Amino acid sequence: MIRAILIRILDAVPTLFLVLTLVFVTMRLLPGDPAIAVLGEQATTQQLELFREKMGLNLPLWQQYIHFLVDTVTLNAGHSFVNNFSVAQLVALNLPYTIELTIAATIIGTAISIPVGVVAAVRRGQGADSASRIFSLIGYALPDFFLGAILLIVFALNFGWFPINGGGNGLGDNLWHLFLPALALGLIKAAFVSRLTRSSLLEVLGQDYVRTARAKGAQEPRVVYRHALRNALLPVTTGLGLSILSTLSGSVAIELIFGRPGIGSMLIGAIETRDYPVIQAGVVVFALFVVVVNLAMDIIYTIVDPRIGEV
Amino acid sequence: MAVAIQAPPALPRQREQQEQGLLLQLWRHIAREPLTLIFFFVLLGIVLVAIFADLIAPYNPVAQSLLAVNQQPSAAHWFGTDQFGRDVLSRIIYGARTSLILGLSAPVLAAISGTPLGVYAGYVGGWQDRVIGRVVDLLLSFPALLLGILVAAALSAGFWSMVAVLTIAFAPRFARIARASTLSLRTAPFVEAAVAAGLNHPVIIVRHILPNIMGPIVVVLTLWIATAIRLEATLSFLGLGTQPPQPSWGNIIRDGLNNMFGSAWPIIAAGVAITITVLALNMIGDVVRDILDPDTRA
Repeated sequence: MIRAILIRILDAVPTLFLVLTLVFVTMRLLPGDPAIAVLGEQATTQQLELFREKMGLNLPLWQQYIHFLVDTVTLNAGHSFVNNFSVAQLVALNLPYTIELTIAATIIGTAISIPVGVVAAVRRGQGADSASRIFSLIGYALPDFFLGAILLIVFALNFGWFPINGGGNGLGDNLWHLFLPALALGLIKAAFVSRLTRSSLLEVLGQDYVRTARAKGAQEPRVVYRHALRNALLPVTTGLGLSILSTLSGSVAIELIFGRPGIGSMLIGAIETRDYPVIQAGVVVFALFVVVVNLAMDIIYTIVDPRIGEV
Repeated sequence: MAVAIQAPPALPRQREQQEQGLLLQLWRHIAREPLTLIFFFVLLGIVLVAIFADLIAPYNPVAQSLLAVNQQPSAAHWFGTDQFGRDVLSRIIYGARTSLILGLSAPVLAAISGTPLGVYAGYVGGWQDRVIGRVVDLLLSFPALLLGILVAAALSAGFWSMVAVLTIAFAPRFARIARASTLSLRTAPFVEAAVAAGLNHPVIIVRHILPNIMGPIVVVLTLWIATAIRLEATLSFLGLGTQPPQPSWGNIIRDGLNNMFGSAWPIIAAGVAITITVLALNMIGDVVRDILDPDTRA
């Protein structure tokens, strides 16, 4: 199994390389001159030349590419144009907020979706099942940022129970600032995962060994939780893993709504101010997130279901 | 090993009949469940509103009035006015047009660009297939929204660059489906017969492969319309999509958030509009999937 895990890790290296190449290609080869984008249409030729030289944009493309790879690997992404922070500092400041939001949303989503999915499967066709279906249908359609805006207006603005913006200082304050944004993302996640839990559990409940367990006279809760749910959780893990990435992309809008620091708000802010090095760093961080989450999911499957690693 | 018996490709006349049957079948499925029927009419209403926005909207959606800012809903302004005194209802109505134009154009363009790529990979195989496959897999590992944000970061913001962004985000989805379907058809008896008969490959692809993979492609297309509309709203909300003053449901919420203390009505109206539209499209999309692709029925 360790060998299988090592193979997966090694396999991620070319993927990473390809991702960085795609980022480079997108940032450099797409129409639009970064020098003009940053300095504006009115910039003089001299200013543009100076900027290109400073950014290394006048070098041949392959040299720019090497510089880009080396800078990314050595975490040396230059300085922001807008403030005096180095890009690495900005990422270090913002990253924890995005990670804590993603983790909190995943915890809330799991805590809601698994019980909802189990109840819907056990009471198939009854009122609880219909209620869970409606919850999911709305959750699939409701944009997370709209849900975030509603939570903000109702619970922060009108009731004043939660802060309107910021990330909070200290643990308690931090969690207080975290709750509404995480709830918004967690509820949307729960809509997806509860459906998955339901269908996965229903499939397992129809298996022979579940019938055997019932035939032996096992109590219904024991059948559901000990025999069925455990085996139903593998597809749910897959769903949760995939949903981490959609939560991550949803976090961009949620950070903006709640005025939270984070990689998403850093990226959007940088796009608005045309802060080129920070845009590039934000894009790289998100791309790395995708590669790492996919790798982590692969490894988790290998551990949960060793048959996968044998191939 | 079981040999799959493939129906021969339909003659033009037969195909026409099949397509007529398809629409009828679609209608029967929709009419069967009251909830789906209701949402079908809701969707029809939204489409009509988008087409006839000029006739329906009570005000000019971009006309500002400093005398009428942040009004509450009234008979004159059903959803009130925003911080610039613009009529929210009229903006929502024109926003429907923005959403639907993007919601249709991005998946269609993605199908047009992704399908040939997938068919080529599946038909030719070899290293071309491996290269295309690797890039497609990589792009698919990104959620569409994240890919959209990352590409939008490199492009300048605007409605048409958003169409480009979403086309790039969706195209790999079509490439994968087209590749898988082509792969299974490559060894089908009627394709092998065509090869044996000496037809050249482009003709085989156009005459025999493409007509037979249209089913799954159409399913994917209908499913991605709803996602496209949701992504349009999100990107416009982030300031990366439709630029003001052109109304879009996403940038109405963006403007509304800057004006939270003034009036919450624009946010609520635009958010409900997105939710209902996506909900209706999802329900109709499920019906289309059930008919064209019964294997994946939940």
